[in-house]
Amino acid sequence: MSADPNTIRVTPNIAAEHGLTADEYAKILEIIGREPNLTELGIFSAMWNEHCSYKSSRVWLKTLPTTAPWVICGPGENAGVVDIGDGLAAVFKMESHNHPSFIEPHQGAATGVGGIMRDVFTMGARPVANLNVLRFGAPEHAKTRYLVGGVVSGIGSYGNCMGVPTVGGQTSFHASYNGNNLVNAMCVGIAPADRIFYAAAGAIGAPVVYVGSKTGRDGIHGASMASAEFNEDTEEKRPTVQVGDPFTEKLLLEACLELMATDSIIGIQDMGAAGLTCSSVEMADKGNVGMDLDLDAVPQREAGMSAYELMLSESQERMLMVLKPEAEAQARAIFEKWELDFAVVGRIIDTGRLVVSKDGKVQADLPVRPLSDEAPLYNRPWNETPQRPLIAAGDVPAPNSINDALLNLIGSADLSSRRWIFEQYDHLVMGRTVQRPGGDAAVIEVPDRPGKGLAVTTDCTPRYCQADPFEGGKQAVAETFRNLSAVGARPLATTDCLNFGNPERPDVMGTFVGAIKGLGEACKALDMPIVSGNVSLYNETNGKAVQPSPQIGAIGLIDDLDRTARIGFGGTQHTILMLGDGVGHLGASLYLREIAGREEGAPPPVDLAAERRHGDFVRGQIEAGKVTCCHDISDGGALVALAEMALASGIGASVAMPHENLPHHAFWFGEDQGRYIVAVEGDGADLQDAANRAGVPALVLGMTGGDALTVDGASPISLGTLRETFEGWLPRYMAGEPA
Amino acid sequence: MKAAIVVFPGTNREVDMKDAFERAGASAVMAWHGDAEVPDCDLIVLPGGFAYGDYLRCGAMAAHSPIMKDVVKKANAGQPVLGVCNGFQILIEARLLPGALLKNASLAFVCRDVHLRLDHAIKPLTGNLVEGDVIRVPVAHGDGNYFADVETLKRLEGEGRIAFRYVAGPGEAESRANPNGSTADIAGIVNEKGNVLGMMPHPEDATGPRQQSLDAVPLFAGIVEALS
Repeated sequence: MSADPNTIRVTPNIAAEHGLTADEYAKILEIIGREPNLTELGIFSAMWNEHCSYKSSRVWLKTLPTTAPWVICGPGENAGVVDIGDGLAAVFKMESHNHPSFIEPHQGAATGVGGIMRDVFTMGARPVANLNVLRFGAPEHAKTRYLVGGVVSGIGSYGNCMGVPTVGGQTSFHASYNGNNLVNAMCVGIAPADRIFYAAAGAIGAPVVYVGSKTGRDGIHGASMASAEFNEDTEEKRPTVQVGDPFTEKLLLEACLELMATDSIIGIQDMGAAGLTCSSVEMADKGNVGMDLDLDAVPQREAGMSAYELMLSESQERMLMVLKPEAEAQARAIFEKWELDFAVVGRIIDTGRLVVSKDGKVQADLPVRPLSDEAPLYNRPWNETPQRPLIAAGDVPAPNSINDALLNLIGSADLSSRRWIFEQYDHLVMGRTVQRPGGDAAVIEVPDRPGKGLAVTTDCTPRYCQADPFEGGKQAVAETFRNLSAVGARPLATTDCLNFGNPERPDVMGTFVGAIKGLGEACKALDMPIVSGNVSLYNETNGKAVQPSPQIGAIGLIDDLDRTARIGFGGTQHTILMLGDGVGHLGASLYLREIAGREEGAPPPVDLAAERRHGDFVRGQIEAGKVTCCHDISDGGALVALAEMALASGIGASVAMPHENLPHHAFWFGEDQGRYIVAVEGDGADLQDAANRAGVPALVLGMTGGDALTVDGASPISLGTLRETFEGWLPRYMAGEPA
Repeated sequence: MKAAIVVFPGTNREVDMKDAFERAGASAVMAWHGDAEVPDCDLIVLPGGFAYGDYLRCGAMAAHSPIMKDVVKKANAGQPVLGVCNGFQILIEARLLPGALLKNASLAFVCRDVHLRLDHAIKPLTGNLVEGDVIRVPVAHGDGNYFADVETLKRLEGEGRIAFRYVAGPGEAESRANPNGSTADIAGIVNEKGNVLGMMPHPEDATGPRQQSLDAVPLFAGIVEALS
């Protein structure tokens, strides 16, 4: 780049290279009444790309339920805020870092984790739990192993250094992600409910302060890159990936929280996508003011950066704050104590314009409001996803043996143990991890509130979403509701991370629309409003989209940690019951894919009323202390859930199908929704009575005990064999063995 | 008893450590890395974390921080010092303990429960644990692979300075016992005088009613009793 890019005359071609359409560029000319210079064009392109403007998704996002009496702040800020009682709030959000993580897996994933934590502590919360969702290509694909290794080490390197436990998530493999993996990071923080910090910049004349790392040339146009499809040249985009520095972020976290304990901040915004541009425009816009920025005052890592580069850099670990004028000295002292840069880079002005100066010259002078409010909004054409036929249980061939099918499933890429991953994450730091990774939801004890628990989970079943985006969307929410209920937590709210392909293609847009409708319906029915989120489109390579992946993160509250449940059996001679019943639904199931080799059929429908009834019943029993062992039934069906319960406790079980209404493989591997397995002392009669009264089917499956799993009287599978199969796949695969 | 917990900017298990000492009935104060002196106390604790980011050799920069001059002075004068995880790395870099902590043999960070056997009770720092006791505690580190030359190992062994070793827990495969490839399964060692203990695992995270092991309660209880 030449010394002064503003000497380059902007042409429609250059606008197109910035990802702006001819119409969008025409609108820019109309808004400012002249040709923009290159810096101004860069600012517009950064604000108007898909990643920042949600131009393809906004019309649909508005349809989602976002409010409830316990919601303190819904979407639109850095993260959502929910009242959790006792004067505290949970602050949380999930965000994608898909494209960078594919180009450079370690740094891409690391900075994704860094970014989401900044979103949370920007609002005044101390992060207490991280989760992540990883979707990789087929295990056989040449690049998958490298991506898994890099992404996992990247996530670990950031969270571990920050001292925030990484307690949960989801990982799966499918060929649709071969050229475009998904890395969604979620962070949950805790803040005093009456001390939440927002982005809006207020008082005219107040100082705009830059804190954190210095600005370099990294990540320029990262958000634009995330708004385009991949092709063979993607590798060349490696320089647009930022490099993370978790130590600096740790300093930034501590310094910000220390400053937030004083009464100094008017508004604060982290510099994430589109860096200084996005943070300054959003703060000014939300405060109904303008902002004067002096780029010469911005701490810089390298010499000779232009205004264009400074405004678009995505260097990490930076924040923009508007301070009360009298608080400047105190704030400076705090940041100097933590050895971070602290620079007054501007003032709030009353003109409603963003005026950027450098070298004594105005480099950009734009009206703030149109940069965000008049960003393009598209109601993209969309095609309804065609309904797939229901597959009857009888139409799916039985396996040679139920035992072999179970071993195949729990030793498969998607169902085998994730231990190789979560053991690389410090999931215990802070000392408050009550339920570790591997259960239905992770549980942490709320700091300074002994006995009060927060349950956190993420879920989505992309193969269902591909088969039927509406049912799949419903299922993603219902599954998180189930995960939370299974540990005895009261579901409170959700965050979403919507990963789809190119929205300009009506079929892809149709999957997005279907999923949103499903999410919305389930969130309403289950009282779990969506309070924050992120949309990641253009997840496709050479015209092939990923499976629709509307990832849901959810939190729930446990009032008394002495009344919770775990997936491991609590003892021997306990009665095992299944709550909820099904038709042996095998369409779009893992059995169908892994054992029968077919990816087809409609997914299991979600009956939201039953979902709620069953979940409320299970939770009620846990809260009453009557159930302490519970696992929801999901991927792979009831028998996979039973195997996981046996492995988690080291206690075997003997189970049998309680009726002959279904083929055995359909009963054991069907993925019907809204079901749980519990194990209780005694014969389970009391629980069955209570379930009957609540209108919840409850079937006795068998008893716990021994050191093997015996199904329908077949030869027992030793826990040793189960464990070896379950634990073996991922470490062997990562050690280089063929998938 | 009063513990002074040294906090570097990247320390992240200081609260875990404070909780553990407070549960055992002690008081704990935080000591800032930039200060020239550790406050008056009965025990100095270097907790876990990433002191200055540890982008160089873990603990190498921290060993040269202002407060470490005082820690070294007091350790040499006989004051009890406990270093856990990053604290152990710092004690080694400060030459208060011999050997080195290399990258884990797996080359990956590891966080999981391990089993430790107390091979040599060293009062007061191994608390009320009795030789032969096996306790379940977590590890969480990327560089905990203890290494020392043959001479040093011989001396440590001969002088009874290997306090903790990794062992297989009940039903656990031998291959899972040692999480990082440490020579001779070494998890924790003391200095010649026995007043400085460094260990990689986190006993502080095995002391709370909601943590998954309470096995380290006697360790903290014993330290607090002895130093009160």
